[in-house]
Amino acid sequence: MKHCLVVDESRVIRKVVCHLLEEMKFYAEEAAESASALETCRAQMPDVVLVNLGNAGNMELVRAIRRNASAKRPVIIGTMTEHDVGHIREALSAGADDYVLKPFDGDSLKEKFAQTGLM
Amino acid sequence: MNAADFAYLADLLKRRAGFHLSPNKTHLATSRLAPVARRYGFRKTDELFAELRDAPEDLARAVTDAMMINESSFFRDKSCFDHFRGVILPSLLSARAASRRLRIWCAAASTGQEAYSLAMILDEAKIAKDWRIDLIASDISGFAIARAVEGRYSQYEVQRGLPAQTLVRYFAQDGDQWRISERIRRMVNFRTFNLLDSYGWLGEVDVIYCRNAFLYFEPLAKRACLKAFASVLAPDGYLALGASETMEGASTAFVPDDASVRGVYRKARHAIRPIALAS
Repeated sequence: MKHCLVVDESRVIRKVVCHLLEEMKFYAEEAAESASALETCRAQMPDVVLVNLGNAGNMELVRAIRRNASAKRPVIIGTMTEHDVGHIREALSAGADDYVLKPFDGDSLKEKFAQTGLM
Repeated sequence: MNAADFAYLADLLKRRAGFHLSPNKTHLATSRLAPVARRYGFRKTDELFAELRDAPEDLARAVTDAMMINESSFFRDKSCFDHFRGVILPSLLSARAASRRLRIWCAAASTGQEAYSLAMILDEAKIAKDWRIDLIASDISGFAIARAVEGRYSQYEVQRGLPAQTLVRYFAQDGDQWRISERIRRMVNFRTFNLLDSYGWLGEVDVIYCRNAFLYFEPLAKRACLKAFASVLAPDGYLALGASETMEGASTAFVPDDASVRGVYRKARHAIRPIALAS
């Protein structure tokens, strides 16, 4: 079972996304902010981190995960509300593999996971 | 829409496009034809049908165009494009090393996503400059081709199938639209073409992509198209259909290229014409 960490300050979004992930047969964990997310990553690096990049502080989380010398390189997918090329570029240079626009449903999440080789 | 009008429409689409309109599509037909009726100044679709029976060519074309399914996305069915990048392209680059010419045809190009996906793969492959690569893309729908030439896509369309790296490399944001780069746009030659018409303009091609068009074809029209494909495809060429489309009952001229990649075919041995030897 693949392990996904959902990082978003909204409890409702975390709940909805974790539910989608469980339907996709992923083991889903959640974190409300980057410090606890990083702790989870240090304890056990997930296969995929789905992180809200609408929150500027989370860009630093992406960099911190990439600096971590763990043997496992997780797929990092940013979630965004604004479709902006500058923001996408920033996410990619911080180390994100891809992004998905909010709000998203199970189908677009599956599509993105398939595209990044997770499914 | 009454039954007689619907039957007339089904027959028109079959004759003009080999298109099979299933009987439960009355609602779709009504919603697609309302804008056409408005554009031509009819108050209702039955007025449009009265005029259509007098068979003016441009109205029949507009009606056919409006009924086509233009569903498309970038790198749709990823495995088919991975196969192009990893197998089809390298094998043809080596087979054509002498002529340095490659001809690729997207036969049901819709709004252009598939042709541009191939163009981006070709661009990334950094093929030497002295190769001449023709990337031809056609579709029966003039409306779809006009959009393809424009190369502008909504944020919803670029979200589907395009990796973020590819998006930022090849597209420029323009408000809430994304426009494909001029360099990629110039690689593709778009034109309107009905697959039931004569293929004389095309010449021999090395690759045919015709994905998810036959899903809507009458069996006889599909058979005729596959026969025509076999005649324009190079002996060592490749044909890609949609992942859920098969040759069953339609053609024996093609065999699957690789059992693990659905929809990619090569010519069957018996379908390869012997090369005439010069005496």
